[in-house]
Amino acid sequence: MTDERQFVTGNVAAGEAAMRAGLHFYAGYPITPQNDFGAYMAAEMPKRGRVFIQAESELAAVNMLFGASAAGARVMTSSSSPGISLKQEGISYLAGAELPAVIVNVMRGGPGLGNIAGAQGDYFQATRGGGHGDYRTPAFGPASSQEIAELMPVAFQVAERWRTPVMVLFDGYLGQVEEGVSFLPAQEPPSMDRDWALSGNADRPARVVRSLLMDEGALERHNEHLREKYEALAAAEARWAAEGCEDAEVVLVAFGLAARQCAQARADLRAEGVRAGLFRPITLWPFPDRALREACASARGVLVVELNNGQMVEDVRLALGDARPVGFLGRAGGGVPTVRAICAAAREPAKEHASEGEA
Amino acid sequence: MSPVYTRPAPLKDTPTRYCPGCGHGVAHRIIAEAIEEMGIQGRCVGMGPVGCAVFLYEYLDIDCCEAAHGRTPAVACAIKRMRPETVVFSYQGDGDLAAIGLCETMHTANRGEPITVFFLNNTVYGMTKGQMAPTTLAGQKTYTTPTGRNPATEGHPLRMCELLATLEAPTYIERVSLNTPRHILRAKQAVRKAFDVQLAGQGYSFIEMLSACPAHWHMSPVEAAKWVDEVLEPVFPLGVYRDRTAQEAGPAGSPEVRSCAPNA
Repeated sequence: MTDERQFVTGNVAAGEAAMRAGLHFYAGYPITPQNDFGAYMAAEMPKRGRVFIQAESELAAVNMLFGASAAGARVMTSSSSPGISLKQEGISYLAGAELPAVIVNVMRGGPGLGNIAGAQGDYFQATRGGGHGDYRTPAFGPASSQEIAELMPVAFQVAERWRTPVMVLFDGYLGQVEEGVSFLPAQEPPSMDRDWALSGNADRPARVVRSLLMDEGALERHNEHLREKYEALAAAEARWAAEGCEDAEVVLVAFGLAARQCAQARADLRAEGVRAGLFRPITLWPFPDRALREACASARGVLVVELNNGQMVEDVRLALGDARPVGFLGRAGGGVPTVRAICAAAREPAKEHASEGEA
Repeated sequence: MSPVYTRPAPLKDTPTRYCPGCGHGVAHRIIAEAIEEMGIQGRCVGMGPVGCAVFLYEYLDIDCCEAAHGRTPAVACAIKRMRPETVVFSYQGDGDLAAIGLCETMHTANRGEPITVFFLNNTVYGMTKGQMAPTTLAGQKTYTTPTGRNPATEGHPLRMCELLATLEAPTYIERVSLNTPRHILRAKQAVRKAFDVQLAGQGYSFIEMLSACPAHWHMSPVEAAKWVDEVLEPVFPLGVYRDRTAQEAGPAGSPEVRSCAPNA
């Protein structure tokens, strides 16, 4: 963190951090609430000698990533929920061909066109694999512009270490609010001469980048290889943050903006004498289930808070089983659970809490 | 005695999966011959479609990349952007290029991406049993137009060379045929010309090849070759639709277009 702090939106933080992490190639298509993202890349990528393409569609954009990644480049695209749905085809192909890429989803309300407010309704899509076939995508859920900036280089490392598409998810509020950010120093883009990259077979045997495996048993072997890869990835890459969980009687579980709300609620609850903790998954997949179990060791109840109608709560219940009662508080369609509502719900954490209408 | 006709090195010594009388084998061969004659085998990155030629990499000994159905130009243009020293071509059928991939086809051409596109037009979806394609002729019977393509409800055949020739950016556009030795020799010249355009940094080149699909036209190979001449060619006239190789083609299009930019 050598640079002086800059006051930027989460969208710009992601773009700037990606370029500093050595991004070669960006392609994207306009969609709210991440239009400053694409505009920033359009202005900055060429200045730094990198490649920017405004694609004709999200389908084209994600397939441009496929091509640039196949050529060995460090690649990224950004979009928002409806656009990410379109990119799912390409994400499946990236996963099948084992090409690294980073896809940023600045989530808005859905389903359908939904609205342009912030939301977290794409948790299932990101963590279950929104495209076809048997694959997983590592998914990061940063909670501030600063954390977005810090996780972008990590996202590229994970993508390239495991040769996989990686999602970075934050809601449209985090995307558009300006916060102080200290960026890492810029690094030169890495060499594109990876041992699988397409560059012409002048001095080596020809290479093929593909996901079609028609020979008898070939796809099953590939699926088995992918399964083993995801298993090793899940064991190695889970990230989380826990605050005040050691003595907690109630643990709040949330990611992204919902975790920001929960941090304030936790402080308020502590001030009122309620021993509240906050567990914040930073990787949504792999879900930090073991760490969550440890964080909830002393809790009599767990409350999951999301900007949706209950998605991550399923992973929390899978992680905790019947060991702890797990309640849920959420608002979808642009609503954000208030600190007051979270505090009230935390006093009865095991309940299903109706979404409150207050602003 | 020296051989007068051999297998070009870029063409692998392996049987293809194509049906008797199909044009793909001929197209592969002339592309391989051009690659060998021009000495660019070690620089090529080729891309097959989703369709009969999906296994292009099994037949050509060059670096190859797959793409999702229709997205081939998007993948190809990004490879070329990141590796300008390579010779990048996509090889696509009518469904891939003119139906599901029409958007990518048009915009890649409109940006003047310096890649080469080979378009094999046989008027049907060969791999999936011969459904109606965007290029199916009016009245032509296919798997999904059992009584013939009705223009009132199914539209007319898309003419891709003519469509692309409305754009400013493309440098070279030609339609050739693969049904007779004379046509094949001409097609080979077109393939070389297209690669020349790319090697000279002159921009986007597009070669459409009319090709027989006897299996799904329900004809013998000989009848199918005749049908290309007598029925297909009148709808898809052969010839050069764009040749700006003599001009200095800039990436932003013609000088007239550039001067219209409000901030120029």
